[in-house]
Amino acid sequence: MKHATIEKSIPLMSILTLLMVMVGGLVEIVPLFLIESTIENVSGVRPYTPLELKGRDIYIREGCYNCHSQMIRPFRDEAERYGHYSLAAESKYDHPFQWGSKRTGPDLARVGGKYSSLWHQEHMRNPRNLVPESVMPSYSWLEKDALDYADVGDRMSALSMVGVPYTENQIKNAIADLEAQATPDSDTEAIMSRYDEKIPLDNFDGNPKKITELDALVAYLQVLGTMVDFSSQQAKAQ
Amino acid sequence: MQQSVTQEYDYTIVKLFSVMAVVYAIVGFLVGDLLAWQLTFPELNFDIPYISFGRLRPLHTSAVIFAFGGSVLFATSYYVVQRTSKVRLFSNFLSWFTFAGWNLTVLAVVITYPLGLSQGKEYAEPIWPIDILITITWVAYFINFVGTLARRKERHIYVANWFYLAFIITVAMLHIVNNIAIPVNMTDSYSAYAGVQDAMIQWWYGHNAVGFFLTAAFLGLMYYFIPKQAERPVYSYRLSIVHFWAIIFLYIWAGPHHLHYTALPDWASTLGATFSIMLLLPSWGGMINGIMTLSGAWHKVRTDPILRFLIISLSFYGMSTFEGPMMSIKSVNALSHYTDWTIGHVHSGALGWVAMVSFGALYHMIPRLWNTKIHSVGLINVHFWLSTIGIVLYITAMWISGVMQGLMWRAYDDYGNLVYSFAETVEAMHPYYFIRSVGGLVFLLGGLVMAYNVFMTIRNANKVPAAA
Repeated sequence: MKHATIEKSIPLMSILTLLMVMVGGLVEIVPLFLIESTIENVSGVRPYTPLELKGRDIYIREGCYNCHSQMIRPFRDEAERYGHYSLAAESKYDHPFQWGSKRTGPDLARVGGKYSSLWHQEHMRNPRNLVPESVMPSYSWLEKDALDYADVGDRMSALSMVGVPYTENQIKNAIADLEAQATPDSDTEAIMSRYDEKIPLDNFDGNPKKITELDALVAYLQVLGTMVDFSSQQAKAQ
Repeated sequence: MQQSVTQEYDYTIVKLFSVMAVVYAIVGFLVGDLLAWQLTFPELNFDIPYISFGRLRPLHTSAVIFAFGGSVLFATSYYVVQRTSKVRLFSNFLSWFTFAGWNLTVLAVVITYPLGLSQGKEYAEPIWPIDILITITWVAYFINFVGTLARRKERHIYVANWFYLAFIITVAMLHIVNNIAIPVNMTDSYSAYAGVQDAMIQWWYGHNAVGFFLTAAFLGLMYYFIPKQAERPVYSYRLSIVHFWAIIFLYIWAGPHHLHYTALPDWASTLGATFSIMLLLPSWGGMINGIMTLSGAWHKVRTDPILRFLIISLSFYGMSTFEGPMMSIKSVNALSHYTDWTIGHVHSGALGWVAMVSFGALYHMIPRLWNTKIHSVGLINVHFWLSTIGIVLYITAMWISGVMQGLMWRAYDDYGNLVYSFAETVEAMHPYYFIRSVGGLVFLLGGLVMAYNVFMTIRNANKVPAAA
């Protein structure tokens, strides 16, 4: 076929163009849904608790991904600085993913448990109080603003529609679970039985009187990278 | 003769988009430079949520890519498709509809981002109702563009229009697939995809926002405005065919190079790197075809600052399309990824190629649209040098800081311990962040000079009604 034929026909040109631009995506995307080994078969990864989920929403709202990655690469220096390289399984319930593309600040994939909640409170108030070189904005409004969590059950329902395995029980008790996680001296048996025994329980914002946005954000940060238990697996391998 | 032609073509819509392009250029550069200063002096976040870096950075990227770049593309594609088809735009209604839809999108983005309403996917932050508005506007754009082509009075579709057409089709595909989501309420939604699949789809979208929005479409622009301004025919028709099909086929594959050494399977990232390296050839095919068009007209570059804008944009295009494939090589990417090197690379493409070629096209088009002469050729020259100096400051600062930070992160002492804490690497960036902010300011200044020049040109044209 002569090119003149194509460039005289809009339908021909449009269809050929569409076919050309479809190939790459089909070859690179579709197999990721079909090949089972794409996501590792590891235990421990669970859906976020209601409080962590609200925290994740705040993480997205504030655009944290613009400066922080959540994806540790398998290099010696990254392993030392941040910990075990990230597995695909660890973000399998992340809608959308938050791997990021830039480290103006450090990677956060395994920041959970690295600092105390007290540290996070001070750091969000003004990062330069703890890290003088930091260029991160202050997020002082988080500890002032009450967390609006009336809709957390709806959010979990929406996520279950795209494949996050929340149980009916978890969705029904979302509000109670959210309050329990931020109030460690309350009855936390129920939430632990519904999620995991080792979920972080804390008065994350340091203010026992009120559940704030800071509670949610710190709860999210404290769980990052902690779900898969790498040390017990290493022990087994040896 | 001139009179009857201007009446036949719809220049009003082209004028409107051209003016908005200049306005959005200023907005986008201004926000960008504010962000640069915020990274230099974090106090400039002022503890105000609405202007904190994380919420403002998407506003910068959307403003420059979609508001400025998009308006340039609407303006030039509507201009080029009419003139190369020798026919008026297909539908007045659709032209106005796309203008209203696109500007409403920009307005909605300007309101929602500072409020923290975001999908949380880079370059695809608009919330779901805005995504629907974009989709509807885009369909109207497609119909209007293709409808105009269908009524063309030339048998062949001109090469610039191949690129515009491929851009419109591909961006529709990318936008729709990447933004599939489940709404929670009127503002919030969750992506239909998670983790590794979401990452792949996002960068398939993200890299081709570069490949089709910022490259293919602007190559279309280049294929009209360079031959026009140089008054020479396109260098090689055959080369334009080969590099057109090659570039649209290859670009789509390049996305996974944003995900080297991540949890994306190795086969996918290797495939992405392979195609990214091959992409050098059709990219340079376009550059060569544009630059060689000046054969026999090189002396004009000395006297014509508009042509100078167009030609330097191709040089930056050639440079960044060499740098890109190089950075997609895994061992280079291991160093460059997550650092400012990427930011420098993006800006050598976005400022050096996209913005410069747009400036050239606007300076070519605006006097013709208003049937007048540019207010000041001298000021175009001033703008040219301010832009060039601004870009050079910007990208050299980012090269140094990027490579330095990458090396500091992986530096070991004699005992095998990491030498630098993360905070120390941040501190080391400070002087380069300052230089970058100054470079951005100089570039913004150039934009203001252009805005003044354009404003005066239009004002003068309106003062002397059609005396020419």
